[in-house]
Amino acid sequence: MLAHPDLTKLIFGRLTLDALPLHVPIVLGTFAVVALGGLVLLGAITYFKLWGYLWREWFTSIDHKKIGIMYMILGFVMLLRGFADAIMMRAQQAISFGDNAGYLPPEHYDQIFTAHGVIMIFFVAMPMVTGMMNFVMPLQIGARDVAFPFLNNFSFWMTVAGAMLVMASLFIGEFARTGWLAYPPLSDIASSPDAGVDYYIWALQIAGVGTLLSGINLLVTIVKMRAPGMTLMKMPVFTWTALCTNVLIVAAFPVLTAVLALLALDRYAGTNFFTTELGGNAMMYVNLIWIWGHPEVYILVLPVFGIFSEVTATFSRKPLFGYTSMVYATVVITVLSYLVWLHHFFTMGSGASVNSFFGITTMIISIPTGAKIFNWLFTMYRGRVEFEVPMMWTVAFMVTFVIGGMTGVLLAVPPADFSLHNSLFLIAHFHNVIIGGVLFGLFAGITYWFPKAFGFKLDPFWGKCAFWFWVVGFYFAFMPLYLLGLMGVTRRLSHFTDPALQIWFQLAAFGALLILLGIACMIIQFAVSIRRREALRDVTGDPWNGRTLEWSTSSPPPKYNFAFTPLVHDHDAWWMMKKYHYRRPLDGFVPIHMPMNTGAGIILAGLSFVFGFAMIWYMWPLAIVSFAGILVVAIAHTFNYHRDYYLSADEVRRVEASRTELLASHV
Amino acid sequence: MSDLSSTVLPGNASAPPLTFYDTAESHPPNGTLLGFWVYLMSDCLIFACLFAVYGVLGREYAGGPTGAQVLELPAVAVNTSLLLLSSITYGFAVLEMQRDRQRPMMLWLTITGLLGAGFITLELREFAHLISIGAGPQRSAFLSSFFTLVGTHGLHVTCGIIWLIVLMTQVAKKGLIPANKRRLMCLSMFWHFLDVVWVGVFSFVYLMGVLP
Repeated sequence: MLAHPDLTKLIFGRLTLDALPLHVPIVLGTFAVVALGGLVLLGAITYFKLWGYLWREWFTSIDHKKIGIMYMILGFVMLLRGFADAIMMRAQQAISFGDNAGYLPPEHYDQIFTAHGVIMIFFVAMPMVTGMMNFVMPLQIGARDVAFPFLNNFSFWMTVAGAMLVMASLFIGEFARTGWLAYPPLSDIASSPDAGVDYYIWALQIAGVGTLLSGINLLVTIVKMRAPGMTLMKMPVFTWTALCTNVLIVAAFPVLTAVLALLALDRYAGTNFFTTELGGNAMMYVNLIWIWGHPEVYILVLPVFGIFSEVTATFSRKPLFGYTSMVYATVVITVLSYLVWLHHFFTMGSGASVNSFFGITTMIISIPTGAKIFNWLFTMYRGRVEFEVPMMWTVAFMVTFVIGGMTGVLLAVPPADFSLHNSLFLIAHFHNVIIGGVLFGLFAGITYWFPKAFGFKLDPFWGKCAFWFWVVGFYFAFMPLYLLGLMGVTRRLSHFTDPALQIWFQLAAFGALLILLGIACMIIQFAVSIRRREALRDVTGDPWNGRTLEWSTSSPPPKYNFAFTPLVHDHDAWWMMKKYHYRRPLDGFVPIHMPMNTGAGIILAGLSFVFGFAMIWYMWPLAIVSFAGILVVAIAHTFNYHRDYYLSADEVRRVEASRTELLASHV
Repeated sequence: MSDLSSTVLPGNASAPPLTFYDTAESHPPNGTLLGFWVYLMSDCLIFACLFAVYGVLGREYAGGPTGAQVLELPAVAVNTSLLLLSSITYGFAVLEMQRDRQRPMMLWLTITGLLGAGFITLELREFAHLISIGAGPQRSAFLSSFFTLVGTHGLHVTCGIIWLIVLMTQVAKKGLIPANKRRLMCLSMFWHFLDVVWVGVFSFVYLMGVLP
């Protein structure tokens, strides 16, 4: 190799052995653990001969339910990584005072807070929200799958490819040190010449393809594939929020694609979009990325509002209060989310009138959001509220989210923002709404729909443990940050001099520790639930006495979801069916048209990963080859016209008969 | 709707019987055209961003050449004509497709592809000329945004041509089956969409760009 330095450079680009973190003990230790864990996992899969099963039944599956579950697994795994970053930051800030420099050098600390933000938003919240919509929405509208089943599989694997690039940056080279939105000029090639920002760009671009396609897919599914009789105003609220979310995805993610492409051009081709010379304008980047970024927070939170609506109605044993106002509130939030982006940088200096406009639009968003909170409260009012775990998350959400919402309105006042901008007050605010809103909602949704996906409930004891650790931990971790922010502490600092601040950081670190216990309880909960699955088994398919169509089929649902397409007469379709003593059809089944599995999605995503990696490290020949590979595979895939098959009526009859038997044996 | 199984609700004779499932095999309407249209709108947003960027940076010459100095309208007029004409010829191809006349359709598609290729050739010549006189994309923010906006459109046309070739191969192999007709309609939307975008580029970048 050394004999031909030019050849080595051609093949490996700027990737050298120095890029491996052989001199950083923390990373090396992490790598050892991850590598060991990975080897054990791969070894176990090989030992139990599971590769064929995984490939046939999961990796190449175009079943929306399996893809939804895989999204959730991806989100949960990445949550562990993102939380590891969080607790490292909390530990650093708790000890790094005065003479103590802490245990993380600044350049490492900067990568950690960047990776934490990127992972939590793009590879935890997004996959989980997408997974939730993927699993639940088609069942709720009485469909057999999504509109484009192959695209769904492809979208998922593209998200995985993006996540893998971020993970690779931990061990090969470095991640961006720019903060999660990579503002130029810091992210320009002059200030960040290493591979970090390139990892950021390519991970998000590749995952973004998946997100956009999945948005189109789910949008068309809702528009075109609702069961007969389900007019728009009879859709379950979760489906409504999924519809609005996917509209937001389709209308926001192209902006991210465009702005990251421009940043990439600045870095790779030497253009001058965001540079500080030759006419470039860095504030244009900030504007563009927040035109995507603000809708993005509603992309995350709207589906979760839908989850809370389903959970509240089910466990209050009442129809949702104010269905119509809930729908309109969702739509209004969808529209308003495009009119507020500038509140992220009031300090840009755009003048009083511009700032006032964006301050006011921001405050107006709290009106439809407030209407939603009242709808949930009135749904509970005089209901027979059952405090199952999903309902507990919902109540915790209402309290927590209102606090986060109010601090948000506070930040929307431009003069207040001038002093709170980029302070820990802001950090506390958005964690308050993202943890208290999005995460609590996802946990409620996971607990609520887990029995639908797997046929048994999650163990409630460990669920409650997780709940209390998370909720109490959240308050310990973030309330001190509000105070610190008001005292003027800015974000992203790795060292402090004023010892009076230390106690608050120590409290926050304690909170993070409680959240760690909460996550541990969740893992224990999964393990215990799987072990006790016979005791927790639900054979009815309707363990919570639910209201919407997904509870009308078996748990887990057959791969065709519904033997016959449901006919809908009112919202809460399943509730009505139960009220009218609906009887399951037992015969007269007809063949069902089904899509066929394909490996094209995972292959394309694998090639995209290679392409991204090659671009990051300037391995031009590999980049060209892998890009050509993507084109060839994609085109070859379009020559495959044989994409569907008929599930025979006999097969449907067999599946349905076994369910009849199961139901009869558990009367 | 004659063969709906009926689940009559008990004890309420006055209400009409309610049915809760459809026993016939149901075929949800195909959503490909809607999906593709939604994709085009998302693509349109990418162009919207690039137009906005050009709007912000289009006069940031940084002491370098201005639009009035380097943009040549006669060449662009030819270019524009080629592309607009190619939209018309694609339209003729779709008319033939609807009459199930494969050979004339293929002929029109071939003409469309050639016109598209002519457009790309002229565009590349313009780019090469600009770079050769020192007005490359690195020279100023104006030129960065110019090359990116026009180049992104050109990249789309290139993809369209590749797609056209692939699709013509598929039609030749499988004939005008419903799947191929659907694909031809998608490409038709894509092609016309690029035409519309070019009208924006032509007016906003070239016509307004040469103003002093």
